[in-house]
Amino acid sequence: MSNQRVSRRQFLNYTLTGVGGFMAAGMLMPMVRFAIDPVLTAEAGGDFISTGTSIDELSDVPTRVDFSYEQVDAWYTSEVTNTAWVYLDESQNVIALNPTCKHLGCTVSWEGRESDPNRFFCPCHNGLYEKSGKNVPGTPPTAPLDMYETRVSDDGILQLGQVVPNTIAK
Amino acid sequence: MLNKIYDWVDERLDITPMWRDIADHEVPEHVNPAHHFSAFVYCFGGLTFFVTVIQILSGMFLTMYYVPDIENAWRSVYYLQNEVAFGVIVRGMHHWGASLVIVMMFLHTLRVFFTGAYKKPRELNWVVGVLIFFVMLGLGFTGYLLPWDMKALFATKVGIEIAAATPLIGEQIRVLLAGDPNILGAQTLTRFFAIHVFFLPGALLGLMAAHFIMIRKQGISGPL
Repeated sequence: MSNQRVSRRQFLNYTLTGVGGFMAAGMLMPMVRFAIDPVLTAEAGGDFISTGTSIDELSDVPTRVDFSYEQVDAWYTSEVTNTAWVYLDESQNVIALNPTCKHLGCTVSWEGRESDPNRFFCPCHNGLYEKSGKNVPGTPPTAPLDMYETRVSDDGILQLGQVVPNTIAK
Repeated sequence: MLNKIYDWVDERLDITPMWRDIADHEVPEHVNPAHHFSAFVYCFGGLTFFVTVIQILSGMFLTMYYVPDIENAWRSVYYLQNEVAFGVIVRGMHHWGASLVIVMMFLHTLRVFFTGAYKKPRELNWVVGVLIFFVMLGLGFTGYLLPWDMKALFATKVGIEIAAATPLIGEQIRVLLAGDPNILGAQTLTRFFAIHVFFLPGALLGLMAAHFIMIRKQGISGPL
């Protein structure tokens, strides 16, 4: 038995605070969980998407390949078109770069500015990348362009998968 | 810890008098259910306020997913109810709470009526209370359309027809409510949404403030 006596007033204060807190939590918990649901929803791994482009059409020069897929955005389903810049490296591996600039997310294009041949160019803040996706020092981007996972189907059609960090830029 | 934070703020801003003005006042014996259990009838006003707070909170959270557009309204409601965690509960709170507010408000009105608490000098508070009642009915009417299902659509058709039966200015009221003389559609939904989440809640907060300031100023009416 403790020597510290709990006064009637203290006891009532604790009890009322506890009960009130419990009720408030019961009210707020569903609403907060409801609001933060998108943060807690696990991201589903995507499938490979066929681009309709044959690998025979590819060369060592990056070419623009647009591909469409059905995007489910909560209650809204739509056809979305994405772009990849695709080329074959020295050992004939398919390289597909994501054109989203690593500076602030604008879209880059190959030789997008005439004064910069053999570079990816971002028009927003003049960012430049080499063919491998490596960012050119002294321009705004701080990281190389991301890549798509690539796969070639049995009949030679290029398929693209998830966007992954660049592994070829040195 | 909490006491220290309170003291720190109080030392600078002297918040205790404000806090006492709001929360620290005597509850007369005749309205205290601990003395006479039948005094629970004096709780209905507070319960109305409590349910109103739940309505405001759950409504705020629902607008995180709801879209007031005829293409997407129903689908967004379906999505938030079936795909989002606790969607059923949050929408359920708003759905059942809407009816509960009306019930509590009605019981509160009966108590005020039968205890004669509306009499001089509290007539103005009765008038403000009746205005709150109308605002609440308006919230119920406009909220009913928002799920954009068949029940919502036809209930609103009927409601607008009733409003349009007003003498002389019926047609103007119809267009004002529906946004179009003939169609109950896209413009009706956005109007009802705006009225439901901005205009009427704004009016409600003002009226409730007046209601509460008056009751604190005049005090609760005496025993029967």
